[in-house]
Amino acid sequence: MTVRFNDLEVGSTIPERVMPPLARVQIAMYAGASGDFNPIHIDDEQARSNGLPGIIAHGMLPMAFLGRLLTDWVPQRSIRKFSARFTAMAFPGDSITCRGRVTAKSDSPAGKLVELELSAVNQKGEPILAGSAHVVLD
Amino acid sequence: MLDKSIVGRQYAPFSVEVEKGRLRAFAKAIGETNPLYLDENAARAAGYRSLLAPPSFGWAIIMEADQGFSVLTDCGIDKARTVHGEQGFVYHNEICAGDVVNGRQTVVDYVEKKGGLLQIITTEIPLVHQDGRPLCDLRSVIVVRNG
Repeated sequence: MTVRFNDLEVGSTIPERVMPPLARVQIAMYAGASGDFNPIHIDDEQARSNGLPGIIAHGMLPMAFLGRLLTDWVPQRSIRKFSARFTAMAFPGDSITCRGRVTAKSDSPAGKLVELELSAVNQKGEPILAGSAHVVLD
Repeated sequence: MLDKSIVGRQYAPFSVEVEKGRLRAFAKAIGETNPLYLDENAARAAGYRSLLAPPSFGWAIIMEADQGFSVLTDCGIDKARTVHGEQGFVYHNEICAGDVVNGRQTVVDYVEKKGGLLQIITTEIPLVHQDGRPLCDLRSVIVVRNG
């Protein structure tokens, strides 16, 4: 169903998405596809020598999950801005939940603008990412 | 040496071709199932010139151009002491398979926090289609941890 500007209010939420637990294979696939081969995402031994308990996911992987939250909700063309602050590490096995909430609506030169607050939290409820987006809707 | 003088520094211009196989591999890695990102016919039927790049793919272009850590190499900083603090994208036009994307990275901000224990570098990279159309602007914050 098409999401329309007039259907949204400040406080409206995007349907929440619970991602399957992060698999080591998925982190490896993301390393290959993104071209980010920092060893802390690939090699447990090197991750440990950098003070980590083992490999961690690229922050950009849960950010891509937030991107999916948006593109499953509105056409990608509607998205004008998308940003995220990486607030905690994500580990193999973590199950990440993506959420979004409307924080403002306005008429802008670009069109009918909806501002969103985005978050990704792990299974303990700890925030992994704090993000925001601007989308322009009919 | 890392201080305010790095603001304004620019790195080498780059050019990257967005390949279909790369986009499919990226879409699969992020768990994407929407055919716009996986099936070229579906993307064309929806009005795109080829497979569509997901919103965060711009960073993969930066990595392919070897620009992800330019400022660290330039300043002699060990990557293992750094974390990606923030990433932002501003979109002008979509990126699709077959596009040749040009860009150049500039350091736009540098601040120290906690008496220099944290050094925070911000860079910007506008991505432009080879025909001159602006595609997407990236803003990246890298945090260097000292001590």
